[in-house]
Amino acid sequence: MKLLTLALSAVLINNIVLAKFLGVCPFLGVSKNTKSALGMGLAVVFVIFSSSMLTYALQYLVLIPLHIEYMQLISFILIIAAFVQFVEMFMKKKMPGLYKSLGVYLPLITTNCTVLYVAQENISKGYNFLETVVNSIATPLGFLLVIYLFSCIRERLDYAHTPKAFKGNPIGLVVAGLMALAFAGLVGIV
Amino acid sequence: MKNFKNGFIKENPVFCLYLGMCSTLALSTNLNNALGMGLCVTIVLIFSNLIISLIRNITPDEIRIPVYIVVIATLVSVVELLVHAYIPALFDALGAFLSLIVVNCIILGRAEAFAKKNPPLASIIDGLGMGLGYTFAIVILSVIREFLSTAWVSFYNPFDMSQLIIRIGMPQLENYTISLFSSSVGAFLTFAVVAALFALINQKAKEGKK
Repeated sequence: MKLLTLALSAVLINNIVLAKFLGVCPFLGVSKNTKSALGMGLAVVFVIFSSSMLTYALQYLVLIPLHIEYMQLISFILIIAAFVQFVEMFMKKKMPGLYKSLGVYLPLITTNCTVLYVAQENISKGYNFLETVVNSIATPLGFLLVIYLFSCIRERLDYAHTPKAFKGNPIGLVVAGLMALAFAGLVGIV
Repeated sequence: MKNFKNGFIKENPVFCLYLGMCSTLALSTNLNNALGMGLCVTIVLIFSNLIISLIRNITPDEIRIPVYIVVIATLVSVVELLVHAYIPALFDALGAFLSLIVVNCIILGRAEAFAKKNPPLASIIDGLGMGLGYTFAIVILSVIREFLSTAWVSFYNPFDMSQLIIRIGMPQLENYTISLFSSSVGAFLTFAVVAALFALINQKAKEGKK
């Protein structure tokens, strides 16, 4: 039950984009059409889950036994960057079809703050292994949900008459604000 | 000098290039957090630009991104430890966003776009200009949001949060505050309006030149 609450809260209530403002750059940048939004969302789910597992192991098997917790930031970001690079190379070689559809978004993920944030959140909130697994799947699923919904709205937005100064990103941010308002209404469920 | 001025209006990293938005949105709830974050980012940006510019001739092109990330992560760790030791109130307020400066796109962006092909002095000035442009942006947002949600704009001594330094506001508006602006909704809406304003100013400036 506790795990379900954790998952629901990570997807809907404490949504990573709308409530915590993380990953806003790819949220605005890669949401021009639904297909690329879906691709980016799926790539983020995969990378966050795998890199969270790696950093969790690193923290408890290496950093804490050696008493070098202050190296957390540097080692985590290196792990994430190296992992993303590795996934990109692996996919290019072994899964060219998937690479074609997801590959372009992969390098962008290194600088997506959600990856580092989830890795650090798992440690700083003292989650055990099971909670870490749930949190590192639910959080990026929240990202996937929001970026997909947002891209659907954005495709319609292209045909709307927006004032010249608001064209492009400003009107997108207004939409994001209204979505945040809608998501704020879900606070009561947990 | 031109590099320095570009950071404010014409190439403001936040409102025109849409970089580093996460922290701008999250930490513009009040003036104290905004100034603190702006200062941290500026310091990291100046030093990362300096170091990357100094090692630009010995960095192999293929692995430059990991090298930059290590440089930036080291600087951020230093800043994080210093803030934790000397300004604990600010450390608590900034929370996770302090370490997330590592993935702030402004810093990696300037390393890639400027510091890797310019001499150290010019890189420092570029870092200072861009950092102040970021600070300028986050302060504008925080002033608007703090005023609309509380009718006041106040600045406390960062070393001692109980000591008020300056407080400006309109007490007659205290009954008409919009608390929505302190939440995430207000952050997105304020950002949208200010970004549109910047787009308008830049459009007018372009038309004026023609």
